[in-house]
Amino acid sequence: MNSFIMKVVRSVSAITLTLSVAFVIAPSGAVAQQNSDTIKIGGTLSLTGPLAPTAAMHKIAGEVYVKQLNEGDGLHGRKVEWILLDDQSKPELARTLYERLITKDKVDFISSPYSANIALAVMPVAERYGKALITSTFSMPKLSRYARHFTAWSVGPTPEVSIPTLVLDTLAGAGKIPKTMAIVTGKTPAADFIAAGAREVAKQRGVDVNLYLEYEFGTRDFGPIAARVRQADPDLLFVGALGLEGNMLLEALEKLNYAPRNHFYLYPSPGPLAASKLGANALATALFEDLPPMNQSKAASDFISAYRSAAAQANLPYQEADTQPAAMYSTLQTLTAAVRETKSLDDSKIADWLKVNSVETLIGKLRFDGPGNFGADLTKIKQVQNGKWVVVAPKGFATPGATVIAK
Amino acid sequence: MNANLLAQSALSGLFSGGLYALLGLGLSLSWRFLRIINLSHFAMIFLAAYLTYQCTAIWKINPYLVPLFLIPLFFVVAALQQLAIIRFGIDEFGSIVATFGVTIVVEALLQLIWSADFLRLETDHLKGSMVLGSLLVPWADAFMFMCAVTTCVGAWGLLRFTYIGKALRANVENPAIASIFGVQSRRLSLLVAGSAGGLAAFGGVFIALLFALTPSQMYSWFGVIFATVIMGGLGSPLGVLVAGLLVGVSESFAMALVAPSWAPIVPFTLMVSLLTLRPGRI
Repeated sequence: MNSFIMKVVRSVSAITLTLSVAFVIAPSGAVAQQNSDTIKIGGTLSLTGPLAPTAAMHKIAGEVYVKQLNEGDGLHGRKVEWILLDDQSKPELARTLYERLITKDKVDFISSPYSANIALAVMPVAERYGKALITSTFSMPKLSRYARHFTAWSVGPTPEVSIPTLVLDTLAGAGKIPKTMAIVTGKTPAADFIAAGAREVAKQRGVDVNLYLEYEFGTRDFGPIAARVRQADPDLLFVGALGLEGNMLLEALEKLNYAPRNHFYLYPSPGPLAASKLGANALATALFEDLPPMNQSKAASDFISAYRSAAAQANLPYQEADTQPAAMYSTLQTLTAAVRETKSLDDSKIADWLKVNSVETLIGKLRFDGPGNFGADLTKIKQVQNGKWVVVAPKGFATPGATVIAK
Repeated sequence: MNANLLAQSALSGLFSGGLYALLGLGLSLSWRFLRIINLSHFAMIFLAAYLTYQCTAIWKINPYLVPLFLIPLFFVVAALQQLAIIRFGIDEFGSIVATFGVTIVVEALLQLIWSADFLRLETDHLKGSMVLGSLLVPWADAFMFMCAVTTCVGAWGLLRFTYIGKALRANVENPAIASIFGVQSRRLSLLVAGSAGGLAAFGGVFIALLFALTPSQMYSWFGVIFATVIMGGLGSPLGVLVAGLLVGVSESFAMALVAPSWAPIVPFTLMVSLLTLRPGRI
């Protein structure tokens, strides 16, 4: 009896271990089998780990795109396979996996990982093998040093100036020019330099930055930060927030019976911020929203309906087809446009073509002709109004009837 | 520096410290009395947090009732895990690997069921803050703090004054002699493991009430809770409470007086200092 139990336990242990290992290393998502007649695109996403909440959206967007592509005529008449691996939110693992995808799986192209940190880690691998790398959320032009790196995160060549300028212009458009500003930022590469830029922009425009705080990624207790914000009582709270940090700060402020008059979050988790009562009138950056005029094209409406349905199937609490999934989708639109136009699978030809051409994507017309291959600034500002996001600036992209609410 | 800001920060630190103690207590007890470094304690906490979310947000069960069935459930689960550990003769260091494996499996399970996306339990229970002079005391944090202090003091009392507590201490000191006096080591170990599981469930309820949930977040608690447990002294509920408060308040002061980015350095600086001054701590 004992030996039977031992056998059962050993079998279960072995299966669990095998499944765990398989879960980590096996290709997931769009492709299970590889076929030599297909064009292979390989990449990683952070399917587990701290980046997984956002990467889950990227995975669905990528799967939607590849499915739509294969429902058409694929690429050069060949079907496309997407080999997707889990980098577990670890840059060093992503580097190894891309090496494997290029050398062992012999992918024709590489797809974007999620997050600037992981893209930075992957860039040298892409460079070593001369692969074109079109990233979805890389927002730091100064760190884009690989000649064949392009990004769909089209924030222009100086986002550290253009984003804070757009925020202040948006408030000024409502007749509320802040006199004081508190800047609170996470010490992450993507947020830190924007916050530093905001301080400079504020100075140039005569706005007094009466508080400037940096916190570590992973900070849980925002109580003391909230106490300092409350004491500073700024006209504008500018938060270099990623993910849920904005919500955490707002909750800590609420415990102190304080609500910021005007508040901006750089890259927040859009669902929780809009859903929270505390998120009322919060401003944030956006590149694409399921709102007119951005959702008016056929490509956009196809993407939106397919994404929503896939997100519901994947049990995601937030199923809006907005900036994050659109960025991933746009990277693949960019890649396939270049492949079709060059009629080639050659990374060098694709990269050369991208440098001198523009590509129509969900996010807008992407160009790669500036420093670090950054081109047009397509940043928009959105605001939570009545529990939903609306775009309030620039004017050409504002949701019809929506104007910024400022205090 | 404004005195009110300092006092408010100290209060915030006390509340954080209370939570550290509550989350660390089960880990400390199983490390001391079972010689098990149970990393799956964090997985249990988050599993309980997700179940609290499910019960409260989806099934609309009053959050105060959730611990009443989660604690017994987790007591049983943790006791079963301890049975497996005994059965396979896993030692102290082996337990790190084994329980880390369980943690990974639970993380995958959470992601499978609730997705990797953020979940926030929106509840009207314990909303808002009370005003004490110039200080604002959030009800939810104050309630959690009271529970944490009561639990730690209660655990200390149990260990100090009851037969079970004495038996546990005797069993750790000298199991052979303890058994001569009728101490049943196996039963005690199941009781300790189950209690640690119950504490994990209790802590998980507060994690769900106070924080947004995402499966991988469990790892972000490892460092500060281990620092608290080691500083508090293994198996010492009052030590864990004091260490938690010390860490929490120090972090808060670092945030308020210096810069928030210094806060993560605090628990480890304190831990290293303490281990240097009192190397026989573990």
